[in-house]
Amino acid sequence: MSLHTLSIAELSRGLDKGEFSSVELTRYFLARIAEKDPALNAFITVMAESALAAAAQADTRRAAGQAGRLTGVPIAHKDIFCTRGARTSCGSKMLDNFVAPYDATVVAKLAAAGVVNLGKTNMDEFAMGSSNETSWYGAVHNPWDLSRVPGGSSGGSAAAVAARLIPAATGTDTGGSIRQPAALVGISGIKPTYGRVSRYGMIAFASSLDQAGVMAPSAEDCAYILSDMAGFDTRDSTSVDRAVPDYVADLGMPLKGLRLGVLTEFMGEGLEPQTAACVQAAIDVYRRLGATVVDVSCPSLPLSVPTYYVVAPAECSSNLSRFDGVRFGHRCENPKDLNDLYKRSRAEGFGPEVQRRIMTGAYVLSAGYYDAYYLKAQKVRTLIAADFQRAFSQVDLLVCPTTPGPAFAIGAKIDDPVTMYLNDIYTIGANLAGLPAMSLPCGFQDGLPVGVQLIGPHFSESRMLSAAHAYQLETDWHQKLPAAYS
Amino acid sequence: MSLTRRDVEGIAHLARLQLSDQDLSRYTDSLTKIFAFVEQLSAVDTGAVEPMAHPLAGEAQRLRLDSVSESNHRDLYQENAPLVEAGLYVVPRVIE
Amino acid sequence: MTNQTTWEVVIGLEIHAQLATRSKIFSGSPTQYGAEPNTQADLVDLGYPGVLPVLNAEAVRMAVKFGLATGSTVATRSVFARKNYFYPDLPKGYQISQYEKPIVEHGKMDIMLEDGTIKTIGITRAHLEEDAGKSLHEGLVGASGIDLNRAGTPLLEIVSEPDMRSAKEAIAYLKKIHSLVRYLEICDGNMQEGSFRCDANVSVRRFGAEKFGTRCEIKNVNSFRYVEKAINYEVARQIDVIEGGGTITQETRLYDANKDETRSMRSKEEANDYRYFPDPDLLPVVIAADYIEAVRGTLPELPDQKAARFHSDYALSAYDAGVLTASREMADYYEASLRTLNLGTDAGKLHSAAKLAANWVMGDLSAALNNHNLDIGQSPMDSTRFAGLLVRLLDETISGKIAKEVFEAMWSEGATADAIIESRGLRQITDISAIEQAISEVMAASPKQLADYRAGKDKLFGYFVGQTMKATQGKANPAVLNDLLQKMLPGA
Repeated sequence: MSLHTLSIAELSRGLDKGEFSSVELTRYFLARIAEKDPALNAFITVMAESALAAAAQADTRRAAGQAGRLTGVPIAHKDIFCTRGARTSCGSKMLDNFVAPYDATVVAKLAAAGVVNLGKTNMDEFAMGSSNETSWYGAVHNPWDLSRVPGGSSGGSAAAVAARLIPAATGTDTGGSIRQPAALVGISGIKPTYGRVSRYGMIAFASSLDQAGVMAPSAEDCAYILSDMAGFDTRDSTSVDRAVPDYVADLGMPLKGLRLGVLTEFMGEGLEPQTAACVQAAIDVYRRLGATVVDVSCPSLPLSVPTYYVVAPAECSSNLSRFDGVRFGHRCENPKDLNDLYKRSRAEGFGPEVQRRIMTGAYVLSAGYYDAYYLKAQKVRTLIAADFQRAFSQVDLLVCPTTPGPAFAIGAKIDDPVTMYLNDIYTIGANLAGLPAMSLPCGFQDGLPVGVQLIGPHFSESRMLSAAHAYQLETDWHQKLPAAYS
Repeated sequence: MSLTRRDVEGIAHLARLQLSDQDLSRYTDSLTKIFAFVEQLSAVDTGAVEPMAHPLAGEAQRLRLDSVSESNHRDLYQENAPLVEAGLYVVPRVIE
Repeated sequence: MTNQTTWEVVIGLEIHAQLATRSKIFSGSPTQYGAEPNTQADLVDLGYPGVLPVLNAEAVRMAVKFGLATGSTVATRSVFARKNYFYPDLPKGYQISQYEKPIVEHGKMDIMLEDGTIKTIGITRAHLEEDAGKSLHEGLVGASGIDLNRAGTPLLEIVSEPDMRSAKEAIAYLKKIHSLVRYLEICDGNMQEGSFRCDANVSVRRFGAEKFGTRCEIKNVNSFRYVEKAINYEVARQIDVIEGGGTITQETRLYDANKDETRSMRSKEEANDYRYFPDPDLLPVVIAADYIEAVRGTLPELPDQKAARFHSDYALSAYDAGVLTASREMADYYEASLRTLNLGTDAGKLHSAAKLAANWVMGDLSAALNNHNLDIGQSPMDSTRFAGLLVRLLDETISGKIAKEVFEAMWSEGATADAIIESRGLRQITDISAIEQAISEVMAASPKQLADYRAGKDKLFGYFVGQTMKATQGKANPAVLNDLLQKMLPGA
């Protein structure tokens, strides 16, 4: 039985009807991970024992008639979410020995919904990267071509879902870290509105940009998981106290009359022609489904990459100061004094990309440079957010590519940070403005998947997911599997 | 703009990172590239624009009621600590 | 000491008042002092990966109270910022504080100078921030131990303008703020436990100079006395340096109470670049006008208001009113004892009783409390029992002199004034015939003194007062005695 091709809805129904138990599902996916992950390196930690215990508990709940729709469904968490009693590494040597004493709110909420956590997925170190090559645990391989990157920073979650080692996984997105890898491995991924999902227990990279989301084959799968993940959290004062819709029930919202704006800035120079054609074809599908398609311009949006590479490092340099070798994490041998303890522990514990961003951030905040860099970037951020606001007075959703092209080869960009950063050019704007955005598979370029991106106004997740779902009812890109994993 | 090795040494000290000579050259080079790239922001006219520190900046901070909700879990929390003695986190001598 | 007419001293104070909340400013940990190390430090206080600060509403309310009580502007929108630096007692590598937009700004505080004049000291700002932990050095060789129990305790940092011109003025201001935060019940004011701390910025300049001199910041002064000594030491040091042809370097100095000197702090020598920026974990604090008004409604009568009322209602001198209202507990004790006297509406009676009570509270009672190192709140004699003594003074059952004896006995025996007066037979003699009788006996026994007095030696009047008092064991009413002696001594 090929349980790995079932959607979350089908798994939920199957569990309900007793076609399989959660323990069986869990064993099935654990076996698939054991067999196929060595080539992918998508997992940092597989938690077989606790997963089987949780699955058995889920089966008991279901038998007692106390199951919710996710009870017994296996998923995996990006290793940025703290999981009580299990290593939470954030892809870093710094936290290789770190056992979280508490659960992130996302982990706790999904566990309460009965979801079974199979393990922790690989990621760029502290979520800093667009290729998953900065992980202390090694690069993740793209299931469509093992010599290529799966994107990042949620590369482990992306590869694991694309290879169907797991039906869905959590991710986090600071500048595209859910959407970009989703596009590069041919799955769906949603970054909700900033504040929609609690950040408590999610190891911070850039606090004003970080947001947790879901990566799964389809928008419908995302809707299932997001419904139980979202919501206000008293432990995160930047989470928003606003009712969470049932995104699954909202999937049926009619598409007809949808006003879709094509982001002209992102449809021209820099975009590879085949990818452009795939995105164009997706826009055509929407037109056919009854959407009104218009061109929309956000002139400040191309500034989002330089803006981001001031704001995100600034916040990260401060957020990562707590890793000092004193209370947790890596500590150097025989420090001769306090500064030696700090400097060697941090230099040994952090990889080069993390160190580079910490230094970038320390510099843009330092005396004499704050106004020219940090403050300037915050002002440009205002311009970008205002562009979006103007756009959403004309259209319901914006559409553009997720990335300029398909997955690149491992090693191709790792030595040139600026080229690597430009891979996020289409995704970063949504983070700067706190907007929800998602990537959907929309075709292939040279046998590699590419994605189309939807961006919506704050709290438009229902609209976005239903529009994505309508597209996926018309297309089957999200059902394509790499041959070795079908 | 171009950063000197001395600049990078200063930043590395602020950030408490021990850099080898080789690291220093590498970071001087890549940080120079990054700042050259970021430099394009200076050309943007942001005259009267208010800075945006946060996507929810228009909203008010939610506050917590003043109640004690946490109890002592020192032993659990110190399991991750590299060096503790008598309940204290141990560091090289702090000079005042 | 150096020529005080040449040099003007300029002092500004930064006061850190720990706010008396139950839980910490950003976490649900308790704030009690003195717990076992790290048993009151939760994941937020420890700066664990992934955790987030959530601001304590009570800390905000207390800051607003302080702002209103000092005539400050309370910001309708204030912002928390991160102050970045590495130090072992600072778990996150940054302190959450307020920088560009503090919650309280532009306040003032009146202090009374020694000559009785009032001087206004400007309060630049007061902002909320989190306290750091502590580094301990005892018992560890070449190492320090970090206790983070104090980390995250709410602090209100109150920054004054450089308006003070002597250590005495600085102390007067410090005491006034200390009194105010305790009136407002926002800080327990315990300086030994570090709940109320002070850093002093000190500089000197030649009189008439427009520019301030280079200042030094003196840290770690934890009593009023030491603040005064530290400032005086530092002023003398700076004048010596400048008069010796040297210059003052801006630096942080530590006061060593044992040696009574300040010295440069090595650990703070390095120029800091704190890289302040708005904390992205915390949105702006928005305070509505009606909230501010509601807090205003909860303000108690403040020291200056109370002193003014004591002055007008009780006809006390400004000085007495100031002393009595310096602590809320003393003012309350004073007024409670007056209430016990039940004086009705006769202003004359009230004023004389008020003066009497003031003298006793500020005199014998304060002295006894001082001798036993007690606060008035810990007085073994409550205000009712104390008032019992005032009653007997007012109705002339005892004289002021006898009252001192009664007070001492009340203090040590815990009895009421009446019980002491009865058991020791201290009731004053006001019966004229009894006193006449005693005077007659003294006159009969002192013929020479009487003759001399009558011959013009007026000074001997005191002799007869003393002898009659002695004969009545001090119980003769002094006024009556005086009157009768005036009549009887000259002879018929």
